[in-house]
Amino acid sequence: MKYVCLVYLDEAIFETMSEAEGQRLINEALDSDDALQASGNFVYADALELPSAAVSVRVRNGELSATDGPFAETKEHLSGFIIIEARDLNEAIRLAGTIPMARYGTMEVRPVRELERKDVDD
Amino acid sequence: MTGPGAGSGQSVAAEIEALYRSHSRRVLATLIRLLGDFDRAEEGLHDAFVAAAAQWPKQGVPANPFAWLVSAGRFKAIDRLRQKARFDASVTELTMRLEADADEAEMVLDEKTIEDDQLRLIFICCHPVLPADAQVALTLREVCGLTTEDIAHAFFTAAPTIAQRIVRAKTKIRDAKIPYEAPARNELAQRLDYVLSVIYLVFNEGYSAASGASLTRPDLSAEAIRLGRLLVALLPDPEATGLLALMLLHESRRAARATADGEVILLEDQDRALWERDRIAEGQALVRRVLAGREIGFYAIQAAIAAEHAGAPDMAATNWVRIVELYDLLMHADPSPVVALNRAAAIAERDGPGAGLALVDAILARGELGDYHPAHAARAELCRRLGRLDEAASAYDRALSLAKQEPARHFLEKRRRELGLGG
Repeated sequence: MKYVCLVYLDEAIFETMSEAEGQRLINEALDSDDALQASGNFVYADALELPSAAVSVRVRNGELSATDGPFAETKEHLSGFIIIEARDLNEAIRLAGTIPMARYGTMEVRPVRELERKDVDD
Repeated sequence: MTGPGAGSGQSVAAEIEALYRSHSRRVLATLIRLLGDFDRAEEGLHDAFVAAAAQWPKQGVPANPFAWLVSAGRFKAIDRLRQKARFDASVTELTMRLEADADEAEMVLDEKTIEDDQLRLIFICCHPVLPADAQVALTLREVCGLTTEDIAHAFFTAAPTIAQRIVRAKTKIRDAKIPYEAPARNELAQRLDYVLSVIYLVFNEGYSAASGASLTRPDLSAEAIRLGRLLVALLPDPEATGLLALMLLHESRRAARATADGEVILLEDQDRALWERDRIAEGQALVRRVLAGREIGFYAIQAAIAAEHAGAPDMAATNWVRIVELYDLLMHADPSPVVALNRAAAIAERDGPGAGLALVDAILARGELGDYHPAHAARAELCRRLGRLDEAASAYDRALSLAKQEPARHFLEKRRRELGLGG
């Protein structure tokens, strides 16, 4: 089963870190990806730019609209994600716990829903 | 090593898959002892199988795969700790301790040690410090190897709820520093009760399931019987044996106990040709083994009663004298009103409905079973047999006002209608 680990962080914590500390954390996160790769649990991972770089896209009544944001009134926001392969939810939780960012923010673990194409009668 | 040419990559992969199914729980049980932590052991187990998948196709399957997997899992876990020690000084000491243990003379991994580890795992999963639902979830996951999603599905619960239960249980075990030990002799009987009730709860969850939705459930009763067999193999206790016999004898009647659309069929109306003879023979043999011993308890007595029914060609030819004797014995082991009610039903068969009804009325008069619908249903049935149809109808009405589950309600409504009195 695949699970997505969504990392929610208040990135203000990085402002309190020295450059070296910040880099060490990045190295540690990459080591964690390597460890997941070595154990056969890694599917994909990436960090995200800040929400200020985000654009929200909607199509309503055939019209496309793009707005800045979202600017939710929360300190923590989605700042990266790791897709893992795990035997079950408890293994996924254990693996998510080994990811360094779990020490700084919240890790939301969500099972991936496999969509299936089926013919539809109209 | 069996050396190169041991088999194609594909057959090795199939062998690893089969080993995972047959050995992973045992490897886990031993790793928990060696590494002192559930999560570390699960990590080690996973790493060991990944290493096997990488190495065995090239090097051949080792002569003792179990020892290989345990050893690989342990060294991988130490590796991981070493890595972690770079970031967290507090784990350095632990790493050194585990390394020192590993450096000691060859690990002793004889059959006895492996079995003891399995028993330790069962006892820790059913530890009384954990809530009952956590004991069940942890046992099914760690001892039986079901996934969290399977367990959630079987108990009609959301997977995150089960996952939390398991995480909390493991945290509790760690924080309470519960030792990874089978209980000492003086507390064995009491601790075994918890294990037996977890197994019986799993069995009943699978057994009492109404049909329909239940068809997609993993077979919890089969899992409970498997657990029961494992327990009896590891710890040949009379009550564990009695529970296994009881489950086999109940399970033998599965096909006969409900109609295709889930209606309950009473013992007296069951088609006994549908009873599974193999399970009955196995259950009866276990009952004989327990009865030959000096100790007999709650589960074994119930199994002995079930064995009497299983051996009888029909209701009339059932040895009710013997069954009442066994209920008398059961009243000593468990003097509960529900046992008393079942004993009253057996006495009604032995001595007639009037004798049974007097006992049921006495039990109802004591008040403990006033809200228990089977007590009113039993009263209704005995009144019906005595021709006291108005009393039967009002007892069915009382039972119906208390019964919540659909199959039971259908059954009671049908019986009520058959009185032919109108509502």
